[in-house]
Amino acid sequence: MFRSFGRRWRSVAALCVLGLVLVACGEDTSGGGSDGGGGGGNGKESELSGTIVVDGSSTVAPLTSTAAELFQKEHPRVKITVGTSGTGGGFKKFCAGETDMSNASRPIKEDDEFEGQACKRNGIAYEELTIANDGIAIVVNPGNDWAECLTVEQLKSIWEPAAQGRVNNWKQVDPSFPDQKLTLFGAGTASGTFDFFTAAINGEEKASRADYSATEDDNTTVQGVAGDKGALGYLGLSYYEENQGKLKVVKVDDGEGCVEPSRKTVQDGSYKPLGRPLFVYPTAKLLQRPEGLAFVEFFVERSDEIAERALFVPLTEEQKQEAAEAVRRLEERYRK
Amino acid sequence: MGTVALDGARPRKRFLNTGFLVVLWLCLAIGVVSLIVLLVYVFVQGAPAFGPRLWRRFPSFDPAEAGARSAVFGTIYTVALTAAFAVPLGVGAAVYLEEFADRDHWWSRLIALNIQNLAGVPSIVYGILGLAFIARGPLGLGPVILTGGMILALLVLPMVIIASREAIRAVPPSIRDGAMALGATKWQTTWRQVLPAAVPGIATGIILALSRAIGEAAPLIMIGAFVYVPFMPTGLDSKFTVLPIQIFDWVARPQAGFSQLAAAASMLLLLILLGMNAIAITLRNRYRHRW
Repeated sequence: MFRSFGRRWRSVAALCVLGLVLVACGEDTSGGGSDGGGGGGNGKESELSGTIVVDGSSTVAPLTSTAAELFQKEHPRVKITVGTSGTGGGFKKFCAGETDMSNASRPIKEDDEFEGQACKRNGIAYEELTIANDGIAIVVNPGNDWAECLTVEQLKSIWEPAAQGRVNNWKQVDPSFPDQKLTLFGAGTASGTFDFFTAAINGEEKASRADYSATEDDNTTVQGVAGDKGALGYLGLSYYEENQGKLKVVKVDDGEGCVEPSRKTVQDGSYKPLGRPLFVYPTAKLLQRPEGLAFVEFFVERSDEIAERALFVPLTEEQKQEAAEAVRRLEERYRK
Repeated sequence: MGTVALDGARPRKRFLNTGFLVVLWLCLAIGVVSLIVLLVYVFVQGAPAFGPRLWRRFPSFDPAEAGARSAVFGTIYTVALTAAFAVPLGVGAAVYLEEFADRDHWWSRLIALNIQNLAGVPSIVYGILGLAFIARGPLGLGPVILTGGMILALLVLPMVIIASREAIRAVPPSIRDGAMALGATKWQTTWRQVLPAAVPGIATGIILALSRAIGEAAPLIMIGAFVYVPFMPTGLDSKFTVLPIQIFDWVARPQAGFSQLAAAASMLLLLILLGMNAIAITLRNRYRHRW
């Protein structure tokens, strides 16, 4: 019995060893690969090292991870991680001192108990930087041949809290629209997109009807709207651009005529009120670290390329000048 | 009279018989067909993107370049840690409950009942527990790989205990009696006779429990595991991500290339799972005892 015990455990042990070997192999190639890639990419060896922990808006996350990827090609020893807890969730962690930088699709709320107040309480100083623009597109099914342009009032009549359970047919939006059931798709309540959309359309942040398909994942909205003739949804502009065959975009009229969302109209501010800037919030502590300041500088200087690759609308010339000015100020303040 | 009644009942009974069988087949078919549809869908979607780059390359903004190296190895490390915590604790608890505790005492029965309840607790609840007590709070480890391993260990511990208890219970009492009769102590009996005999069952239970741990995203997202991690885990205090989280992130991206990658990563996860289940089955068949 004792011998067979040994034999049995031997095979288990063999499995464990196999696992360890696999892990070890992985480690080897990784070391070689990343060193080689970093050295070869730039030619000069970077002295910067350290870890930068970023969390926050899932809308902004692709921007920050793109920036991180490009930055790490030049500075392979700086490790940057990006999480997606949402703008609000990110600020909570940020002001509790758990992260170095927060992604946000709206500005921080100075007097919110978990945001500005918490930061003040915990002695966390921070800076705000605008790094790209985003538009929220209103989309309908391609089979929808009646909704070409909606006014902000019409959108409000669809999305306001009072519409809950009441407005559920296109005819109620505009008498000229056909008798077609209206189904709605939108952002989940934890997202900055939801905060922004409700503030822009309903006039009050977080005030929205609740009887719609809410999701943090815009692809769900794409699927839903593409599969239902009477559907209407709102999502990030890049999701419309990547799914143009499946969706039809609706122009928005803010009293100055119908405007279609595009890079150009978002940048020049004519796509109102659903164009918005995106932000990052580095802590003062991060900016005092050489790799932190270098990353933030890099983010602003290369914002065009980063926005392009992450499918966002780049900053306007004016915004770029402001951001460059802000970086100069930060350099003076934090460069040792 | 009797024959008439019987003749009348026979076709009906036969009909019921067949009908019941058809219902059972349907039940089976729904399970099998949905599994096949899922597998085919994932494989068709993911096949073009499947390849060594999944475990060779780090995540990237370019779907043509991106891989899931940090997630693949994060998964392996996390599951190894989970095993390191859950196996000794789970087997130890099972040995105590089966061999040493008075099984009929109300206290033991209460514990057994609670363990069964714990096995049914949704994983997000373990995530909240982990966030409050391990990532923050008393331990305050942060969202690192050690935290992930500990939470997943808590999650699968009840399964390990239950499987180990059953394996130990299946060892015939005659083996214990024989050992005791030859003068072995309780410790010697358990360590040299009962446990070795129960190893196949215990190992199967452990592997199935770890297979569950490998597919979990919710509790790890809860503690704040990251979606973009461009480096390998460097130690217990390393930031990390796992395959389910990477898949979750890719599915939510606008580019079609990323949904392909998500399907390919799901294939990889499925292959790892099938591999683990195959090991479990092999172990069970190879060392199965006939008493």
